[in-house]
Amino acid sequence: MKYGLIVLCISLVFLGCTQEEELPIYGNRDYVKKEVNGKTVVDTVFHKIPPFSFTNQDSLVITEALFKDKLYISDFFFTSCPTICPKVKAQMLRIYEKYADNPNVLLISHSIDTKYDTPAVLKKFADKLDIDSKRWHLVTGTKDDIYGIAKQYFIAAAEDPNSPGGYTHSGGLVLIDKRKHVRGVYDGTEPDEVTTLLKDMDRVLAKQFK
Amino acid sequence: MIRFQLITLLMFMLLLVFMQCDTNPYKQGLALYEQNCQNCHQEDGKAVRGLIPPLAGSDYLLNSGQVACIIRHGLEGDILVNGKRYNHKMPENKKLTATQITNIINYINHAWGNDLPYIPYNIIDEALKECE
Repeated sequence: MKYGLIVLCISLVFLGCTQEEELPIYGNRDYVKKEVNGKTVVDTVFHKIPPFSFTNQDSLVITEALFKDKLYISDFFFTSCPTICPKVKAQMLRIYEKYADNPNVLLISHSIDTKYDTPAVLKKFADKLDIDSKRWHLVTGTKDDIYGIAKQYFIAAAEDPNSPGGYTHSGGLVLIDKRKHVRGVYDGTEPDEVTTLLKDMDRVLAKQFK
Repeated sequence: MIRFQLITLLMFMLLLVFMQCDTNPYKQGLALYEQNCQNCHQEDGKAVRGLIPPLAGSDYLLNSGQVACIIRHGLEGDILVNGKRYNHKMPENKKLTATQITNIINYINHAWGNDLPYIPYNIIDEALKECE
């Protein structure tokens, strides 16, 4: 009897652990006061990806409107990158292939080499990878816009003449939900982290796209 | 005295058993591959579909002299691998010595189910001199 109680207590503790926590929302949050029915309530405003405008491999203008009500993955690269990019692209292909039949999932790769990577160069790169430009956008834009949006995704990117290829950047893959909140940043050079990303994508999809 | 000999023999046998555990004979090749090749050709040797040619099951590996030259000097332009055309610039690796390139090639030739001949140092060294 005594032992039964102990076993029960222990199993309760373990049961408590199995509940999955929700994915966090990244970034600073603001607290805005507003009046609701004469009472002051504090509203939390989360970090959101702001509007953007870039050009993709088909020379089409791509804005945030295209990603409305979609879950998407964002990363930064350049086509002549001799270091981590091919590794990250191989992982992006994993994501691209897993969600081939899911119209709610999109990918966007921003080139940080805005001088060399014209839409024509991006088109050639996309053709080699044999990817559908409706699902995976390779984009270019002005230097300020690209480096500006990188910060919004919490990705470090910079020109650096001392780095191989002339640029330095992180190989992070960013998970953005349908409310444009960043829900996770994963190391795209680590296949295990991308496995976690795939699981997290499934969680967000199950929650937001029922 | 006999006991001492027996113990020595036993230790020796144990040492042999442990040495058997070291199954990968291409350790340096693997380490060099991880440092110099893996970013693009990947851990599984399958590289990046359509963009960078695979090393796993690649018919191009039959010409090890050519492979050695590409490792050292990089490659620009078309390359045909398993009947598929690839065109993506590969960087040069001027720091790698002939011995290191030999080790990389022998690792690749025996990794991921590849079953290609062992290539001795002098063959690679000569090939590298040809493509200087």
